[in-house]
Amino acid sequence: MNDIYSPSRETTEGRVYTVTGGDWDTTFGGGDPIDEERIVLNMGPQHPSTHGVLRLVLELEGETVTDCRPVIGYLHTGIEKNTEFRTWTQAVTFLTRADYVAPLSNEAVYCLGVERLLGVEVPERGQLIRVMLLEINRVASHWVWLATGGLEIGALTAMTNGFRARERCLDVLELITGLRMNHAYIRPGGVAQDLPDGTEAKVRDWLVETRKELDGVEKLLRGQPIWVNRLKDVGWIGVEGCLALGVTGPLLRAAGLPWDLRKTIPYLGYETFDFEVPTDDRGDCWSRFVVRVAEMHESLKIIEQVLDRLAPGPTMIDDPKIAWPAKLALGPDGLGNSLEHVQKIMAGSMEALIHHFKLVTEGFRVPPGQVHQAVEAPRGELGCHIVSDGGTRPFRIHLREPSFINLQATSALAVGGLIADVIASVASIDPVMGGCDR
Amino acid sequence: MTGPTDETPIAATEQPAADVERVTPVAGSTVDSPFGVEGRGMFGVSDSGDTTGFGGLVREPWSAPAATRPFGGYFDEVVDALAAAYPEFDAAVTKIVVDRDELTLYVSKEHIRSVARTMRDDPALRFELLANLSGVDYIGSVNRFHVVYNLTSMTYRRQVRLETSASLDDPHVPSVTAVYPGADWQERETYDMFGIIFDGHPALTRILMPDDWDGFPQRKDYPLGGIPVQYKGATIPPPDERRAYQ
Repeated sequence: MNDIYSPSRETTEGRVYTVTGGDWDTTFGGGDPIDEERIVLNMGPQHPSTHGVLRLVLELEGETVTDCRPVIGYLHTGIEKNTEFRTWTQAVTFLTRADYVAPLSNEAVYCLGVERLLGVEVPERGQLIRVMLLEINRVASHWVWLATGGLEIGALTAMTNGFRARERCLDVLELITGLRMNHAYIRPGGVAQDLPDGTEAKVRDWLVETRKELDGVEKLLRGQPIWVNRLKDVGWIGVEGCLALGVTGPLLRAAGLPWDLRKTIPYLGYETFDFEVPTDDRGDCWSRFVVRVAEMHESLKIIEQVLDRLAPGPTMIDDPKIAWPAKLALGPDGLGNSLEHVQKIMAGSMEALIHHFKLVTEGFRVPPGQVHQAVEAPRGELGCHIVSDGGTRPFRIHLREPSFINLQATSALAVGGLIADVIASVASIDPVMGGCDR
Repeated sequence: MTGPTDETPIAATEQPAADVERVTPVAGSTVDSPFGVEGRGMFGVSDSGDTTGFGGLVREPWSAPAATRPFGGYFDEVVDALAAAYPEFDAAVTKIVVDRDELTLYVSKEHIRSVARTMRDDPALRFELLANLSGVDYIGSVNRFHVVYNLTSMTYRRQVRLETSASLDDPHVPSVTAVYPGADWQERETYDMFGIIFDGHPALTRILMPDDWDGFPQRKDYPLGGIPVQYKGATIPPPDERRAYQ
């Protein structure tokens, strides 16, 4: 039996079939991959160690990578196009699904941009809640990096511990926003609703738990020889390389440049918080591990300061023509609008009813113009370019996704190294393909 | 790979059966020709009597007004430094806009690569990081395809936007990959979504859409798609065909 897509040959181990597909062999020369030194290897897009649906086409000489071409687009869902057909408030629901490991960063960068277009400022409590959520989300995102990165290079306890710690972050986010991910909690003008009762106690407990988990990482991984050997001197990129490719975030800081938008171009009042920007100077996977773990400690410091500062007050701007009117409350069925709010609009205030109706059906108009807002997401600089034509819907939204930009460095990290180190390098970039492909 | 032509109905900013007229392109208009559509009424509906009382509402095309000196903040320094470092400044920069505390320099596309190089290399400018590159389709204007470049100077902690444009008949813009290698994927994405061709790009291929895709999805005359939703016997049209407020 001789199939053109699965030719067979006899070996000392028995009959061996080589399965090919489509025009794969003609595209890459069609030589015998066993006899020739050069092998073109397709890794992904469905592969447990490519960090999602990332496909890498690797050219190998023995075990050394001589060329690496990342192929993306498998998770493209047209989020940017979709937002052009929804109101400014509805767009949050789409954008939060881009980088689903750090959804609150997507919401925050978009809402900050829209607020600059509108020329409004969110009340202090709303800003503090945003900062707290962003930092909890940063910790959660770095736990996912540790868990998936550990899984990919075989450190299964890093994976189980990492996901356990991340689950605790999600518990806090669920308490506050109602959802574990894809929150749509940060809205243009503020946040969807105030913190529920018991938030402070829950977050303080979580801080203690998270510090304990981080101690566990120190004990489990920092001195562990296999972990050290898999990461040290692997996947190097320097500051010049990062700047040329536009790479930001932990990769840039691990190369030695303390560039963190929370410090350098502050937003949301980050300049008033006391925290450090951790850096390292090796520029390899180990440095990225060190930097990310240190960043988690810094985030916890910021969250403590937020808790100390939180004072009662409004969480949404006081403009009935912009502020989302609905108030949510836990009904007997577990969800629903607040009865008090329904009472007010149906029986008390005609203006409130009109505003509710107009905002929910029509939305608000944003004066024409364009802005580019950037925040420091867990993976690097997350930018949002927003254009308004003065209507009720965005004219154009573009996310400058750190995963998308940073993945350009894959070849620089991988070429010249061993194939096993490709995995560690990709894991250290920490791409989230939902964000990359949008 | 041909995109929908300029004659196809606009799906994004207008609604079906809308009595809106596209802005008549002005001959010889530059990068800053107004965008947006003229509209009347709340929904732009013409086939029924106006029951909303909003029939007199008029929407006019809009264009960012050119800024006058002083621009404020560091913007004057940046413009002066570029004018000093780039000999053909007057020919290259066609308009300067300051809006929402952001400086936008409209650059004619022939100059975009050399302006970008000056912005990166001049010691008084030092815009080392290409923070963002993307496209916008200002349908209705002659040079409808705009490419925006958000540059960040890490040395001076400054941000500037360059903007250039191209028409549907000649959608070519010089690539800046030689200046900012990080523009590689971003230009591929802009090509993929808008069909803007970046001359000098090392491998301008589709990146997010499949290689054999027809059309350029982020163009304003490219529909969103979707299927009607059945709900309790009635049909809700897909999002881009629903009647919507303008």
